[in-house]
Amino acid sequence: MLHEPAAQSGRDPASEFKKKVGIRMFIAYAVVYAGFIVINTIVPKLMGKQIVLGLNLAVTYGFGLIILAIIAGMVYNRICSGKEDEMEKAEKNGETDE
Amino acid sequence: MIYNASILPILLFLTIVISVLTISILSARKTSSVKGYFAAGGTIPWTVNGIAFAGDYLSAASFLGICGMIAFSGYDGFLYSIGYLAGWVMALFVVAEPMKKLGKYTFTDALDSKFNSPAIQLMAGISTLLVSIFYLIPQMVGAGALVTPLLGLPHYIGVIMVGSIVIFIVATAGMKSTTYVQFIKGALLIVFSTILVGMLLNKGLNKDISDDYHEFIELTAVMDGESVSEIKEDGYEITGEVTDSKGYFIRLEKDGYNNWWKVSDDLRVTEALSIVDSIDGIKLYNGAPIEEERFYPVGHMEKIIVDGKEVEATGALNPFSYLSTIESSSVIRFVKHGFDFNGEHVSIWYQKSTPGSEIMRPGLKFKVDKGSTPLSKLNFVSLMLALFFGTSALPHVLIRYYTVPSPRDARKSTILAIIAIGFFYILTLFIGLGAMTSGVLDVESSNMAAPLLAKAFGSVLFSIISAIAFATVLGTVSGLIVAASGAVAHDLVDRYFKVKMTDRKKVIIGKTAAVSVGALAIVLGILFKGMNVSFLVGWAFAIAASANFPAIIMLLFWKKTTAKGIASSVCVGMVSAIAIILLSPSMFERYGLSASQAIIPLDNPGIISIPLSFLTLVVVSLLTQNKVKA
Repeated sequence: MLHEPAAQSGRDPASEFKKKVGIRMFIAYAVVYAGFIVINTIVPKLMGKQIVLGLNLAVTYGFGLIILAIIAGMVYNRICSGKEDEMEKAEKNGETDE
Repeated sequence: MIYNASILPILLFLTIVISVLTISILSARKTSSVKGYFAAGGTIPWTVNGIAFAGDYLSAASFLGICGMIAFSGYDGFLYSIGYLAGWVMALFVVAEPMKKLGKYTFTDALDSKFNSPAIQLMAGISTLLVSIFYLIPQMVGAGALVTPLLGLPHYIGVIMVGSIVIFIVATAGMKSTTYVQFIKGALLIVFSTILVGMLLNKGLNKDISDDYHEFIELTAVMDGESVSEIKEDGYEITGEVTDSKGYFIRLEKDGYNNWWKVSDDLRVTEALSIVDSIDGIKLYNGAPIEEERFYPVGHMEKIIVDGKEVEATGALNPFSYLSTIESSSVIRFVKHGFDFNGEHVSIWYQKSTPGSEIMRPGLKFKVDKGSTPLSKLNFVSLMLALFFGTSALPHVLIRYYTVPSPRDARKSTILAIIAIGFFYILTLFIGLGAMTSGVLDVESSNMAAPLLAKAFGSVLFSIISAIAFATVLGTVSGLIVAASGAVAHDLVDRYFKVKMTDRKKVIIGKTAAVSVGALAIVLGILFKGMNVSFLVGWAFAIAASANFPAIIMLLFWKKTTAKGIASSVCVGMVSAIAIILLSPSMFERYGLSASQAIIPLDNPGIISIPLSFLTLVVVSLLTQNKVKA
């Protein structure tokens, strides 16, 4: 039995670009997530401080991490889709020129 | 607590079951190939796949476990919501597209794509099986917990029913029927949880819960030296006392019933709930057999403070003011404790006034502030690491990437999943806190908080939420069994043992594996009754993060990674995580021993097993470089 993907997809010229963007965005998010762990373990009392709309830092930070994940995901998709379209267009133009 | 079954929940439950069985039978007609069985032919639209991801991921642990843990331990339960969702960032940014490109049917395919190594096939196949089984246990426990109030049946019947239905779903049509069951369940769960939270906010916070809620009495003690000599109020006779690290407890007899109470330093005697395992084998709930219904639902606001003033009720609140009002108020929680008295074991849940400021930040369960130790902080860090790194290493999540046509679809469906799952996780905080303060909690089962909160809004919503919760279990268990059967049929039998098979035979082996894993899950689900399902899922995450995550990351980002490095890392991560779990305080309690006797004092293994797995991969890969070059 051949060992190939269940659904074949074509060559992806934007993959290196997407990989770099993905890693950078992941590191940025991981730093924010690590901040949450560090505050909880080193200065836990800070989590009780009121921040906004009567909510304390724990709730604000927790909601913030969830909302940040959603926003970051949408930004990442926009960047990647834009690059994919651009590369596909460039490839098509290249083929036409040839 | 006694649960009485009524006709509406039964009808809704039957509707759900008949619907999923119909989907399975219809899908089965179109599923005969291996690709169709294990990856739904790679033809699922990204929109359907995104919601199915949510349906797959929002398991009993999320709906029942997290809401229950928030209801009993406040913000600490919400840590699971944060960690589970954050893990998806890793899945989206780093794992989704490469896994889609590299894999065929299973996670092992992707790991082994560059090597064709029997060692990787064996280790990754076993790891998939073990992670799936560890993840299955809490789902089955959740199913058992649900069936009792929904249908009035014992826990084990619920486990057997779920196991049988899921085996049918998976054994008929594999990934295709599983995907559509998960899609429907994911959508229903999010819609009706939103409705529940809307109703909760509209009701606001009330000190006077309902006419049905038991009024917990407070008495006054008269002391004689260190002991209570009498109760000021008439009709109570002291029949026993126990003093231990958690305080001073006395047993009072009134009208022929013996109940346990807690005596506070200011001589107040507050009513508690207790279960006594008597010497003759009979369980007494608040001094009476369970049928007498003297064991009450609990959890209520002690003081409600709005703008610095104490009020009886708030009226409708917006989401922010709901949370900030709880933070400035105080809640009566019922805290569990146990002791032996006259040869009988007593489980007691005593009232504890808890300031909202403590409920709304970490600390009630995971000690990071008051009463913390370096070890308790390490446990917290370990849990948060496992949740963050575990998601992208869960086999049943990874195989969903193979059901869509392209890497772009894999990415888009992951983003849709993050939106749906993130929104649901925000709701969990409201559902959990709502259950904590609405007088609905069953102290015997933290997993029932969300359905019981729905019950406070009427039997229709309770029936719908319970039926959806049941579908939640069905959807996730189906996904897990597909992953496990893929590991057996594809990774182990086909690729590792190289058994020559036709496509048809491979599907038959997959189905046989599905039946076997389902049967095993039924047994484990019965054995682990009563444990919080989210806590159990935390273990599955820890094993996945330890066994699979280092291998995935290093394969994608470190060119010196070798096949032996990957196989060793999966093996060490898996064995070390499971060993730490088996020797942990929680498991020692499960063995009937004291938690303090545990050989390893950590409950969450990730902080040791994840770095160990990474280290193993690096060392073994470096040691086997020459062979690669040769």
